[in-house]
This record gives sequence, structure tokens and C-alpha cells, in this order.
Amino acid sequence: MSITQSSASLFTTTEEEKEGTFTTRYSLWIKEALDELPHSFTITDPFISGHPIVFASPGFLKMTGYSREEVIGRNGRAFQGPKTNRRSIMEIREAIREERPVQVSILNYRKSGSPFWMLFHMIPVFGNDDGRVIHFVAVQVPISGQKMRNGSGCSEMVFGSCRREVCLGSFVHQERALPVECDEQELENWEHCEASESEKLKSAEAVGSVLSVLTRYSEFAGRLVCGKRNCLRGADCLSSSLVISLGRIKQSFVLTNPCLPDMPIVYASDAFLTLTGYKRHEVLGQNCRFLSGVDTDSSVLYEMKECILKGQPCTVQILNYSNRKDKSTFWNLLHISPVRNASGKTAYFVGVQMEASCKDIESKELRPETRQLSVVGAVRVAVRSSFMVTC
Amino acid sequence: MLKIKRVPTVVSNYQKDEASDESVGCGRNCLGACCINGARLPLYACKKLDKSGAGEKPVAFLESLVLGEWEDRFQRGLFRYDVTACETKVIPGKYGFVAQLNEGRHLKKRPTEFRVDKVLQSFDGNKFNFTKVGQEELLFQFEAGEDSEVQFFPCMPLDAENSPSVVAINVSPIEYGHVLLIPRVLDCLPQRIDHKSLLLALHMAAEAANPYFRLGYNSLGAFATINHLHFQAYYLAMPFPLEKAPSKKMVTTASGVKISELLSYPVRSLLFEGGSSMQDLSDTVSDACVCLQNNNIPFNILIADCGRQIFLMPQCYAEKQALGEVSPEVLETQVNPAVWEISGHMVLKRKEDYEGASEENAWRLLAEASLSEERFKEVNALIFEAIGCSYQGEELEGTVIGQDNPSGSVNQKSNRTHGGPITNGTASECLVLQ
Repeated sequence: MSITQSSASLFTTTEEEKEGTFTTRYSLWIKEALDELPHSFTITDPFISGHPIVFASPGFLKMTGYSREEVIGRNGRAFQGPKTNRRSIMEIREAIREERPVQVSILNYRKSGSPFWMLFHMIPVFGNDDGRVIHFVAVQVPISGQKMRNGSGCSEMVFGSCRREVCLGSFVHQERALPVECDEQELENWEHCEASESEKLKSAEAVGSVLSVLTRYSEFAGRLVCGKRNCLRGADCLSSSLVISLGRIKQSFVLTNPCLPDMPIVYASDAFLTLTGYKRHEVLGQNCRFLSGVDTDSSVLYEMKECILKGQPCTVQILNYSNRKDKSTFWNLLHISPVRNASGKTAYFVGVQMEASCKDIESKELRPETRQLSVVGAVRVAVRSSFMVTC
Repeated sequence: MLKIKRVPTVVSNYQKDEASDESVGCGRNCLGACCINGARLPLYACKKLDKSGAGEKPVAFLESLVLGEWEDRFQRGLFRYDVTACETKVIPGKYGFVAQLNEGRHLKKRPTEFRVDKVLQSFDGNKFNFTKVGQEELLFQFEAGEDSEVQFFPCMPLDAENSPSVVAINVSPIEYGHVLLIPRVLDCLPQRIDHKSLLLALHMAAEAANPYFRLGYNSLGAFATINHLHFQAYYLAMPFPLEKAPSKKMVTTASGVKISELLSYPVRSLLFEGGSSMQDLSDTVSDACVCLQNNNIPFNILIADCGRQIFLMPQCYAEKQALGEVSPEVLETQVNPAVWEISGHMVLKRKEDYEGASEENAWRLLAEASLSEERFKEVNALIFEAIGCSYQGEELEGTVIGQDNPSGSVNQKSNRTHGGPITNGTASECLVLQ
């Protein structure tokens, strides 16, 4: 029933695939170096669909009770639960979307199901040469809760996710170390659990340590990463938040940039790669014509070109040549449409592929045409909002 | 009788001037008895939900249905303008209000009179209502299902006997995907909240499973355009300022619904969340709305975070406007503070307003809509009484740890919604006494 399954069977991901380019971005022994750090931290890759964890430190595994295999490939949400504060979740989500650091107390759950409070401190890691977010590093510092506030007024406040200045008044830290030992059920009922100054310092220190390992090993690999964005992201490079949004769409589609010479592909979904049999690095930067071949109808190509020039959507049936093992051709019911960004101008074209043979509709599914258009709609929403980032 | 003049937003291509007329006889493909036989729409029946699921996932089925059908109507030219061609930006500031320059949304027509001092008004079949929309403006039927699984029927006849609820397009969209949820459309309910309808709206928010898809409601007197029960919804992939505002808990009800008041926000609002089930949350909010309706207090509702958070904003802008109490600069922008505006999304019709949009301006406009501090307290008292909750202002009930009162006279609210040993005690059981 769910259209999150692509029609091709989902391949089982190997450990390497789940880690994506993590190991290729940094030089050898990066994992061993990170393993030596005592802190609990995870590293995620926004360019893999689902924004999964690609590295988890031994400290993290110990704290949560999971094994490495259970954690790699999962999104950080997996450790949240029903009593996790919604505002904290939103703060983290927004920091990711805006590619900025965040430090927030949040309730998480171990594998055993038991809850614990921790200070979650996350930073983006940028490529020095291209200015885009390569990874997010998240450090987790367990909070003892010794600094529970006392009295009614403060304890019920939930800090919003706007800038600190907006929050009401100055929050008085209770320095009295009341050894409060509550059973776990109580932990879940706490509105908030403020981290102590030393806990905050610990998290900053941990973040610094991880970042310096990454920096060092990226330098060895020849493509430095750093904690600050040192140059503007190029036009051919999508923001990590746009990529995360696009990664939610499970159908085959590409985004092309009509403002760049020869209108190259700037994004290709995993399903597109499966359908066509190409690897991502083989298609990014290329014009889509590599999918056409000897028997592709040139009048159809002409029709597409006309629509693109006029900035109109169109649907065509076109013979494509795959790079799959059998090098088979397939009939592609292709829909293309211009997509505008927040400025109101066309920023991309989206091309949604549908293999014509897959028009078998179960009676309980969306019509294929509707499903195809839903991809266009989802892309429109993602592109329109991706530029509206607060500075 | 208090009235204001404004140009109503056109939400359907079949919505006409009151003056220009009339008889819609048919062949027009509306939902009246004349046309409804043979009408077919996809039907989405959501699963029996107890609590909304965890977090964002890949694009959910309902989201694909909404987006796919909307894009279809978009490409067919059913909308009055391309909303994605309207420039939009986040206003620099602490809250990040969103401004949009949309010159095409507002008609250059004679404003009509709206009565603003009556929140409850009877349905008037002669006025435009959603049985008069064209069937092409309907996307699908939506119902709260009985099954544990979602059921989808691509082509289901619209059966008046079943009192179908439908999702329609708003032909003057604020953002991409702007739709209207019309509960039991053929029952011709006036614009007022009832328990069943609010629950349906919550179901939709939960099923869409996307925190950036919110539902909104405007009561009469709070800038509802059409007196036929409907909610609105659209996609905006960023947080609303309202959602970012800090909040302070006031009370937790017996069914576990936590009620907070917003702090540092121009419009004084309540936030409802939690509850041992979606029904509990929905019922509590409905009770509050019914109370406001019965006391003739206009209000707006925002359903956010996939149905986990419901904001209730009582307001008084229209009344102020009718009494001539709104400042001229604010009036000139012709921005009516309805649910989306109060949430922080401002659609501006004049370029100079868009260019000059600032957080201060937005704040000033919204502050005009807010109830005063005292009035808000009075209204809260009414609401708490209606939902059967006692709230004594600063004395808050709730989990208190570290209280120096070993006699345990503070009542421990049992907030537990999960299993585990229930300590039959008071707060003192949780204290390690020094």
C-alpha cells in the first residue's frame, strides 16, 4: 500500500553503502581515530536519503545499548520517543534545515526502552572548497538532572526555538546540588532538564575534538572540511536541507538546472539510479541526453526541448537506454516541469520517470499519473522553501 | 450590530458576488442534488489512530494524494494564479515571519459587508457554500476509518447517505497545496467547531504525517470567508513563528491534555497538546471552542506538528475594526489577521508593504488582533470552567520535584499514560529528603 517502496526490489545495503562516502571523504584510519575518542557522538550524512547516521562512537553505543549494526543507517529520530519534547525535536530539525549548530536538552530512549536526558550538541561540517555541508556531527552528554529547578513558575516553561533573547527573562540556575533520584517514569514527566555549565562545556569540548579529527583526516585525503562555511555554495550544489527534503521522495526523478550550461542534472534520486543503472557520480553534472540512444524518437526530444524553452510542463513517452547489467532499453513515460524557488523564478526543471511497463495498478493504489504528479508537487514544496532560510 | 467591509477571498471558481446572481441551475457539475448522482471521487479512509506516529518519514500516501491531485489541478489551470510565482521571503528578525508578495489574491472588487459580532450564525443556502463548487475542484473524500489499516478507493461514488467529507482546492492559494477540508459537506453545517469535525481535522494532520502541513480554522468574526464548516491546510516547509514561541504550562487535564499559554508572542494564545488519545486532545479543544462560540468570542485554530499541537487564538481585530479602533497604517495594508497571519505567514498585496515588511510591522498588526491581558485571563477562566479544569493562576499543579515540603501537600498529578507501577502517593514519594 505504501508508495515508499520503489517498484524495483530494494537492494540490501551493505555496510559500506550505508556509510556512503564517509570513508572516501576522509583518509584511511579515520574510523579508528574516531573510535579512540571517549565521547558519545554520531555523524550523519544529509546527502544520503533519510539523513542517516554513518558513524557512531563506542561511547554512543555504550550509552544507548545498541550495537553498531543497529545504529548505522538509522536516522537520529530513532532514539526519540513519545515523551520527547516536541519543541526540542523542532529545534533540531530547524538547525539542520538552516545548516547551523544547536545545543538542546532532550529526552532520548535506550535500546532497553529506558529514558534518559541528554544535552544534544550538533554542528554542521562544511567542505572547505565547495562550502556545502558534508556531515553533521552530534555529541550527546548525559545530564544528571542535579540542576532541577524548584518552584512552580520556571519548571513549566518550555523554551521556544527562536533566538535566546526572546525567552522570558533570565533563567536562574539552581546551583544547589539536590541529589534528586527519581525513578525513570519521572524522567519522562519532566518538562525540561537544564544542563549544567560543566555539561555544556563538555559537549563543546567533545564537538571540538571530533571536528579536529575530521579536519585532520580530511586534509590527508586532500579535501578539507571545517566547522565554518568558508565560501558560498556553488550554483550546481544543492543545500543539504533541500537534499534531505528531496530524499523523502521515493520515486525516480531528477532535477536539472536550466541556468547552467547544457542544463545539467543537479540531483538524482536513488530510484533513478536503480532504474537507469547508473551511479550518482556518473549522472550529476550531465545532461539527460545520455539516456537517449539510436532508436529514441528525435521528434519527442524536440517536443521536450520546446516545452523547456516555453517553460511548460509536458509528458512524453521516450525510449531510454539503461546502464543496467543487461543494457536494456525501456519505455519511459517522462513528465517534466519547471520548478520555481522563493524568488518566484524558475530555478530547476524536474523530470519524473515512469517505466511504462510498470503501469500495473493495483486497485488500491494511486493512479500512476497521480503518483508522478505527486513527485512534482513534493519537489515544488521542497524547492520553494529551501531558499527561505533565515540568516 | 457590528460590521466591517472587506473583499472576501475567492476560494472557488464558482463563488460569485452576492449581488450578481443567482440561480445555479445546472449542468454545472456542482454538489447539489441536481448534479451529485454519478459524482465520483477517490476516497481515503484513514486508519483508526490512537496516537499519532513518530516523526517524519518518507512521503506518506495521503501526502502523495494531496500533492498529486493538486498538481493535476494546477496544470489544468484551475487556480487563479501561480502561487509559486509569488515572491516570498523570511523577514529578518528573531521570529522569522514569512512574507509573500501576492498581488493576484485579492480581487479588485467592491468590498462586502460582514457581520462581525456574531460568531454563531445559521447556514444560509442562498449564499455561496461548498455544495456549489465544481466537482473538478474536489480532490478526494476523506473519512476517519474504522480499520487498523488505511483504505484507499480510487473511484468511489459520492453517496449523500454517508455524509461524505471532502477535500477541495482553494483557488486563491496562499501556498502550494492549499486545500479546504469540508466535513460532511452535504450536511451544510455552518462555520462552527463540533467534536466530530475537529477530530476529523486532527486525523488529517496525523495522516499527512508532515509537520509542515498544518490545518487552520477561522471562526466567524475571525475572518472566515464562508459560513459553511471548513478547515484549510497547505504546505510550508519551515516553522511558523507561532510554533517557535516559548510557552508556559498552565494545567494538565484529567485526560492528560497539557494546556500552556504562549509567551512573548503578539497574540495571546493557548497551546493544547498531549492527552492519552487523539480523541482526548480533540475533545478538550472542542469543548474550549464551543465555550468561546457560546460566549461570542471569535477565534482561530492552528493544528500543527502532525496533530500533536493545537493552538487556540481568541481575537478581537474585527470588532476593533468595526469600532474604528485599528490604526490607519495597519488598516491600509488590508491584511486581515486570520489563522495564517496570526501564525506568522503574511500575504501582502502591495509591493511597498512587502519591501518594507519588518518584524515590528508584523508584530504591530498581530498585536491589534490580540485580546488584552485581562480579557485573555477572563476568557481562559471561561475555558477552564468549560473543560472542567481548575486553574488558580500562579499556583500550578503538576510534577514538582525538590519541593521543601515534606508533608507532601502538593498533589502529584498522575501524568502517566504508559504502564508501570503507579505510586499511589504524593510528591514526597519522589523526594530524597535531605
